[in-house]
Amino acid sequence: MNEFLTLMKSELVVTAIIFLLLFIKIGKGMKNDSLLSLVQVLLLVNFIAGFFLNSTGNLFGDMFYTNPLIAFQKNILSLGVYLISLLCADWLKKTQHLAEFFMLMLSALLGMFLMISSNNLLIFYLALELATIPVAAMANFDLDKKRSSEGAMKMILSSAFSSGILLFGISLLYGTTGTISFPEIAAQLDGSSVQILAFVFLFTAFAFKLSIVPFHLWTADVYEGSPIAVTSFLSVISKGSVAFIFITVLYKVFQPMQDVWYTMLVILAVATMVIGNLFALRQQNIKRFLAFSSIAQVGFILVGISSNDYMGITAVVYFVLIYVFSNLAAFGVASVISEHSGKENIDEYKGLYKTNPFLSWILALALFSLAGIPPTAGFFGKLFLLTAGGAKAAYWFITVAALNMIISLYYYLRVVRAIFMDKNDNPVGKIKISPSVKLALLICGAGIVLIGLLSWVYDHIHTLSFKL
Amino acid sequence: MIEPGLYHILFISAALFFIGIYGFLTRRNLITMLMSIELILNSVNLNFIAFNKYVWPDKMDGLFFTLFIIAIAAAEAAVAIAIIINLYRSHQSIDVENAEDLKY
Repeated sequence: MNEFLTLMKSELVVTAIIFLLLFIKIGKGMKNDSLLSLVQVLLLVNFIAGFFLNSTGNLFGDMFYTNPLIAFQKNILSLGVYLISLLCADWLKKTQHLAEFFMLMLSALLGMFLMISSNNLLIFYLALELATIPVAAMANFDLDKKRSSEGAMKMILSSAFSSGILLFGISLLYGTTGTISFPEIAAQLDGSSVQILAFVFLFTAFAFKLSIVPFHLWTADVYEGSPIAVTSFLSVISKGSVAFIFITVLYKVFQPMQDVWYTMLVILAVATMVIGNLFALRQQNIKRFLAFSSIAQVGFILVGISSNDYMGITAVVYFVLIYVFSNLAAFGVASVISEHSGKENIDEYKGLYKTNPFLSWILALALFSLAGIPPTAGFFGKLFLLTAGGAKAAYWFITVAALNMIISLYYYLRVVRAIFMDKNDNPVGKIKISPSVKLALLICGAGIVLIGLLSWVYDHIHTLSFKL
Repeated sequence: MIEPGLYHILFISAALFFIGIYGFLTRRNLITMLMSIELILNSVNLNFIAFNKYVWPDKMDGLFFTLFIIAIAAAEAAVAIAIIINLYRSHQSIDVENAEDLKY
């Protein structure tokens, strides 16, 4: 019983918050302002609680597995959700269904926690659905906007389709190995052609969720259509959690087939980086722009994953931590501007520095970090990803990745130039930033600057993943 | 009459799976696309039950997996239909060709 409480503590805390919100909603209800402050405090508690009592162990007959590294990954996700609740405070206060919004978001978070901890294909599938279906409902949260419902429709259909493909792969895997538990599958794999087919199906489903290139087409539409709070959740938290479980599945389950997946990973990583970058070049809407930039970033994550040792795990976890700060800062600024002026096009950002210097500096810092310019943390994240990817001595692959960083520099700097240098007669007006948004933007800015310089963060992740 | 074996059932389920994918990619009506996804899920269910009965009769994982898939499919269809109804309110149609505001 005691072991149950300590091992499942993050899931239990999130469940408790969901139930509390449910009781508030069906009881007398609360004003949006006070409810939002309550939720923010609870999410902060959830984040801090993640630091304590982390141990290693199995539950439910080996279906659930956790260790300090997984607890750290869950912490990154809780931090992201807390920052979103601060950053999008202005939009959240205006919605009519605040309690429902957080219930959906926390259910998705619960699904992601279970997904990262899963040690069995059954619980993995259930958790994946729990992490996806509420997000589709959240994407439709602007009920009266045409684009929101269109984005939600695209999201639910493509995710249902991809989980169908995932299930077909799982059924073939079950047919050939006779088990659905991760360690037992790994022991039974012999690389027969049915198993390779099953692996391709599984890989396709992961590619859908991570928006790796041939399966990325839903991403930009869903990102543009949904409210910015949902877009930032999708691009940071969902991506991060799927990347973590993708590593577990590749390294633990499909380790015997590493020759097969290494080739697939290299080809798809190159395609993802190149196509993500080329499409990002021509975007005008800031949300679409960030969508394609996040596709390109996933390509870099794949470079790190391809290393197939603990270096790869360390680099990916470290990069996702940095990515949470940089991408949330960019989305936070976009959210503030779109909430106050309704402007979402990059051309309309011209001359932003004249009227809103604070927002401009934060956005510039975030974009520098996404592009990987030293001394921001993004540089170190990319550096470690490429170092990990170089472990197999595939130098042309690393060269292509490095060249893609130069292409990405062009479009990130285009936005920075629009903000700082271009003249505009009708810039975005002066925006009064509410305290919670300012706090969150400062946290993000501090994270971007400091995480790269504080070497113990990387060392900590390194010791956690080395012990595995 | 021949007793149906594993290969017969696998053939049917593979056929169902690809009919589902074909339907999903070619149909333009959202409800029909949802039905195609149900076809895919049912082919997976057939697969699981056939493997459980013929190959691994002593391991019940396949049967349990089927039960969970049926439950999740219902949940997914509920959310999808809610979204489609909302889409119908704003677009006055459930044809995907009419939902084309978001494009490159």
